[in-house]
Amino acid sequence: MMTRLKASLLAFAVLAASAGFAVAQEADQPKPPEQNWSFHGVFGRFDQAQLQRGFQVYREVCSNCHRLSIPFRTLEDQDGPGYSEAQVKALAATYQVTNDEPNDQGKIFQRPGTPADTFPPPDAFPNDQAAAAALGKAPPDMWLLAKSIKYERGFPWFITDVFTGYQEDGTDLIYGVLTGYTHKDDPQWNLYYPGHRIAMPMPLQDGAVKYTDGTPDTVQNYAKDVAAFLTWAAEPTMMERKRIGFRAIVFLIVLSVLMYLVKKRIWADAH
Amino acid sequence: MSHAVAIQPSRRDFLYLATGAVAAVGAASVVWPLVDQMNPDAGTLALSSVEVDLSPIAEGQIVTVKWRGGPVFVRHRTQKEILAAEATPIAELRDPQTDQERVQKPEWLVVVGVCTHLGCVPLGHEGQYEGWKCPCHGSVYDTSGRIRQGPAPLNLAVPEYKFITPTRVKIG
Amino acid sequence: MDGHSTYVPKSGIARWLEQRLPILGLMHSSFISYPTPRNLNYFWTFGAILSAMLGIQIITGVVLAMHYVPSSKMAFDSIEHIMRDVNFGWLVRYLHTNGASFFFLAVYMHIFRGMYYGSYKSPREVLWILGVIIYVLMMATAFMGYVLPWGQMSFAGATVITNLFTAIPLVGTPIAHWLWGGYAVGDPTLNRFFSLHYLLPFMIVGVVVLHVWALHVVGQNNPDGVDVKDVARDTVPFTPYATVKDAFGVCVFFIIYAWFVFFIPNYLLDADNYNPANPLVTPAHIVPEWYLLPFYAILRAIPNKLMGVLALAAAMGLLVFLPWLDTSPVRSGKYRPLFRFFFWIFVICCVGLGYLGSQEVSDSATLVARILALGYFGYLIVVLPVLGLVEKTKPVPTSIADAVLPKGVAAAE
Repeated sequence: MMTRLKASLLAFAVLAASAGFAVAQEADQPKPPEQNWSFHGVFGRFDQAQLQRGFQVYREVCSNCHRLSIPFRTLEDQDGPGYSEAQVKALAATYQVTNDEPNDQGKIFQRPGTPADTFPPPDAFPNDQAAAAALGKAPPDMWLLAKSIKYERGFPWFITDVFTGYQEDGTDLIYGVLTGYTHKDDPQWNLYYPGHRIAMPMPLQDGAVKYTDGTPDTVQNYAKDVAAFLTWAAEPTMMERKRIGFRAIVFLIVLSVLMYLVKKRIWADAH
Repeated sequence: MSHAVAIQPSRRDFLYLATGAVAAVGAASVVWPLVDQMNPDAGTLALSSVEVDLSPIAEGQIVTVKWRGGPVFVRHRTQKEILAAEATPIAELRDPQTDQERVQKPEWLVVVGVCTHLGCVPLGHEGQYEGWKCPCHGSVYDTSGRIRQGPAPLNLAVPEYKFITPTRVKIG
Repeated sequence: MDGHSTYVPKSGIARWLEQRLPILGLMHSSFISYPTPRNLNYFWTFGAILSAMLGIQIITGVVLAMHYVPSSKMAFDSIEHIMRDVNFGWLVRYLHTNGASFFFLAVYMHIFRGMYYGSYKSPREVLWILGVIIYVLMMATAFMGYVLPWGQMSFAGATVITNLFTAIPLVGTPIAHWLWGGYAVGDPTLNRFFSLHYLLPFMIVGVVVLHVWALHVVGQNNPDGVDVKDVARDTVPFTPYATVKDAFGVCVFFIIYAWFVFFIPNYLLDADNYNPANPLVTPAHIVPEWYLLPFYAILRAIPNKLMGVLALAAAMGLLVFLPWLDTSPVRSGKYRPLFRFFFWIFVICCVGLGYLGSQEVSDSATLVARILALGYFGYLIVVLPVLGLVEKTKPVPTSIADAVLPKGVAAAE
């Protein structure tokens, strides 16, 4: 049965469709290299400084075209970027959001954002149609990107993944694509993007974002930080999940051992 | 049917007690998430404050704003209403509170618009005291939102609020 | 098993209740004094595991329904709302999605155990058929549940499965339109699937009650497949023996379940379902959930639309007739060497079909799928009936006690 269980995933051809990925038929599709993520595994934790840098990259580069449908308030999350309440308030106020309900005169109006609001769409593209009209293809909303893309793991990795707890395929693919523009003369050729033709021209250049914590301003660092940030954005409850999960599994193992001893003792009478 | 092999284990056995206790702890810790999921979620908690612009509210007017899914009355009280509220002897009140305790600025009364009887929304400028009267069971409130007649036990609640500017108030 | 309870109420209240509604006696005879064969192995704990999983699915499902919104505009976002904002929402949702997979994992263990040890044979035919009904209801429930998040794979799955009905001549298309409530999968479809997804689990509970009832009338099968002859020597009372063994089995099963829920919650999910449904774009590679893959492979192995659908229906429907297809008087595979060989071939066919169901269509894959499908049907239609007539079986023990107890003890008792 387990074999069948694994088999289901074997060929989940990478990624797809509405998010803007097309599937590769090419056999020469290399896998993105696995990175060392701080949040991998049972005791994995997000690195707050990295998430903040990643958010900086998102804000200064990605947000020009990509929406991120998360509320500002979540940036305060201590399991996430952990900005202060004042920082988030100030950040939210720099965005103009459309009020849900009309004002006293019956007009829908724009107002400065509050922490409870969701990031508005990019100024240039109020909706997917506008983005598609301008760019040929709508850039995907980034809030779930790290979970909505995947690359084919292949044998035997799809089996070992169960035991190693590897769930960072989307994260690795984001990093791979951002660092995969290897044809200098073709800005839309990507080593790791399925099919190699990507609608998004190389978005990051060394020095494009100025880090303030001394981290070198390289494409590799931007890609890594923004991939980590997007992983948090896609799964903001991951750290709570792993904390509770560790306790749950320890508990179940203890209970199983006790149950086994009880079972042995009770059945001792029956034989 | 009978069972020659039905041997009852000793219930005092430590192992059985320990296993039972661990299982009970597990069951209890599973119950909490199932209960807590019905509490207000993170999105609801984040929306728990609202700002109101006072400048368009004329003297004598009551404006109803939505806060935490329910009504809040913002009342621009007239001089007569303020005097009536302040002059009320505290001994006459079911839920004794002076008017000063209930307002930050005498001309602005901010109260939760939910009758303390069973949760209906009272109607403004009605009842003997021209404060509010509840259409459901006839509770009457004065111009300070205090209960004066009818079945309600308490005054209309005053939410947490503060004046950000002289003409702008933040509730919650 | 004789239908009369030996329960003696101890307190006055219990006696009062028992005279008016003998429910305590029923519980006592079903779950306390009920005689279980003493030679059951751990494959017999899957009944308890399945009950636990059904309970978990219903409880988490009721909780999810408190926050989920069945509308094409809101469904996807409401799932993310559950995952992000609702207290412990992520936990409840991952328990539910992974719970479906583990429910099927357990049911497959349960089914293959029954097939190996001949648990479907007389007098357990009705017990077996009720089980097949539960299995089909589970598949319907799981399928409709998978549509609810309204992701890309939800939408594609709903489209493909409902389109199976269009294979029916003349009335096929009207039936599909009736199922959809429109000309394609849409809001009305989502809403009715939500309603039925909530309803079906309670129907499963009803059939489970019948399944357990039937079980308690005929008694459990056992690894040696021989009937209980002497209750005192061949059986032990359900409580505490089976209860504690089941509890241990459930705990171990939950460890694996918890590992998936807490550490690889998205391993069994399709990444594409984190993209909102888009009726204008179908994902490049559609795969159903793993537990439906063998049937999906059989469907694809047949080049004709109607025939494919009929083969799919036959693959499930044939299971109903299993008690009569198997002609051997010996129940347990333990004493049927040739049967064992074919049984494992059958298992390999099922697993192989599952694997192929997950692969993209190619000529060679289709050919292999046809061979495996032939193996699947061949086992049920040809091998089992013939085997009973030609197979030379090993001697079956005269009683359960003889099979498990050391010789001296069995004689002395």
